[in-house]
Amino acid sequence: MSDDVAIVGIGIHPFGRHEGVSGMEQGAIAIRKACEDAGISWNDLQFAFGGSVAAGSPDHMVSQMGLTGLQFINVVNGCATGGSALISTFNTIKSGAYDLGVAVGFDKHERGAFRVQTGKQGERDWYGGSGMALTTQFFGMKINKYMEDYGITQSSLAKVASKAFRNGSKNENAWRRQAFGEEEVLQSQMLSYPLTQYMFCSPGEGGVALVLARADKAHQYTDKPIFLKSAVVRSRKYGSFEVLAPSLALDYADGPTVDASKAAFEAAGIGPEDIDIAQLQDTESGAEIMHMAENGFCEHGEQEKMLADGETEITGRLPVNTDGGCLANGEPVGASGLRQVYENVLQLRGQAGKRQVPDSPKVAYTHVYGAPGISGVTILSA
Amino acid sequence: MGQVSINENVMDLTPDGPRLKGMRCKECNNHVFPMQSGCPKCTSDNVEEVQLGNKGTLWAWTIQGFPPKAPPYLGEANPEKFKAYGVGYIELPGQLKVESRLTISDPTQLKSGMMMEIVGEAIGEDENGNELVTFAFAPTD
Ligand SMILES: [Zn+2]
Repeated sequence: MSDDVAIVGIGIHPFGRHEGVSGMEQGAIAIRKACEDAGISWNDLQFAFGGSVAAGSPDHMVSQMGLTGLQFINVVNGCATGGSALISTFNTIKSGAYDLGVAVGFDKHERGAFRVQTGKQGERDWYGGSGMALTTQFFGMKINKYMEDYGITQSSLAKVASKAFRNGSKNENAWRRQAFGEEEVLQSQMLSYPLTQYMFCSPGEGGVALVLARADKAHQYTDKPIFLKSAVVRSRKYGSFEVLAPSLALDYADGPTVDASKAAFEAAGIGPEDIDIAQLQDTESGAEIMHMAENGFCEHGEQEKMLADGETEITGRLPVNTDGGCLANGEPVGASGLRQVYENVLQLRGQAGKRQVPDSPKVAYTHVYGAPGISGVTILSA
Repeated sequence: MGQVSINENVMDLTPDGPRLKGMRCKECNNHVFPMQSGCPKCTSDNVEEVQLGNKGTLWAWTIQGFPPKAPPYLGEANPEKFKAYGVGYIELPGQLKVESRLTISDPTQLKSGMMMEIVGEAIGEDENGNELVTFAFAPTD
């Protein structure tokens, strides 16, 4: 596949909790940094796609960024909101409509688990009212069943969480920067069996912006363009096991991650064996384990040994969630998928500092999954 | 003052306990809970409301260990008084897997494949002081 689209500028507002800073301001700060990185100004941008689920309409930021009249389109697409803003930016440049644009994602969520209200208007919300409708329950049920089916142990769940916090401690933009050992992870409060508090990420705050350009013009903006080989979003199919489902079909089908992954590899013309580094959705530590297989990086059940051998550590064969993932960064839904891409760009440029993956990684992978059963994948190459 | 269903559109409260109302597709026999107007398997809108079975086997499960946010939760959300409860999917033969509260909250007493049946569980009160009842699944033996 030809190199059509390049990422030429990246910006991030630190993840975490920021009293007195709105989600949109965090998005605006990320854009200013991304423009600076690309050596351009807001005036130069021909279009923007903005994603936020809980922090207002992104296009309202033109009043603080500058009223240049650019095409600004808002995207809301569940947990793939940031990824969808990126895909839209990617496709707009590929189509030839514009040469230079920005994908921005930001969010600011209330504390604690996501509050999901599902009732029809004028009806009692029986689903949330009965104590279901919690995304945490889905993750607990899915990994509990997976551990039973494929022999994954709780120790592996703790290893993933411990790695996330260790990597997060090397990331100045992460929310949780304190390393925790496996034992501390296992001893924290049991939230949704078999998952403890430190195995779960929290809804949080943050913003990320990525400036994209036509690949043949990329060198005007950067001497290290990173090429976006594919960007794909897939929704669920009949029979898949998804978050927030009052019922499931008797038939069983693969989830949207498997479909998105296959489509992304096909579009990029490469396979899982070609990937040097991966950022995989880790809403909780079991999700990272399941997503290793669902994205094609191993067979179901092989994760137990891979984790024991340290294969997904920064120095391992396939480093996973090198910036600490959702576990260390929290999950501001609109920004989360873009954070993964931001990290991969840093790694491919060789600018990841203390957490730099050795031996100049060349090809990098991102994956988001979330409500209501949606998945987004990107593949980048240096 | 008596017991009322948490929502009569999804659950009837009968003398034999709660009975769930689902959708059956007349074209492909697919089932969905709760009732909806179209079939996600074959895309037909030729569907009818049916009563779902009251027994099945446990397919996947977890334990809810912290109080859900209220709203929407109608049960005890005070962390001091909250009691953990099970949540799982029960496979109802020939129909679907339904998500439900479980009466068991001890992980050592839950196992995939165990037989379970539907029972009523009081969750709160309505504006008239009636006890609101939702559904849960309990082991059959
Ligand atoms: Zn049908």
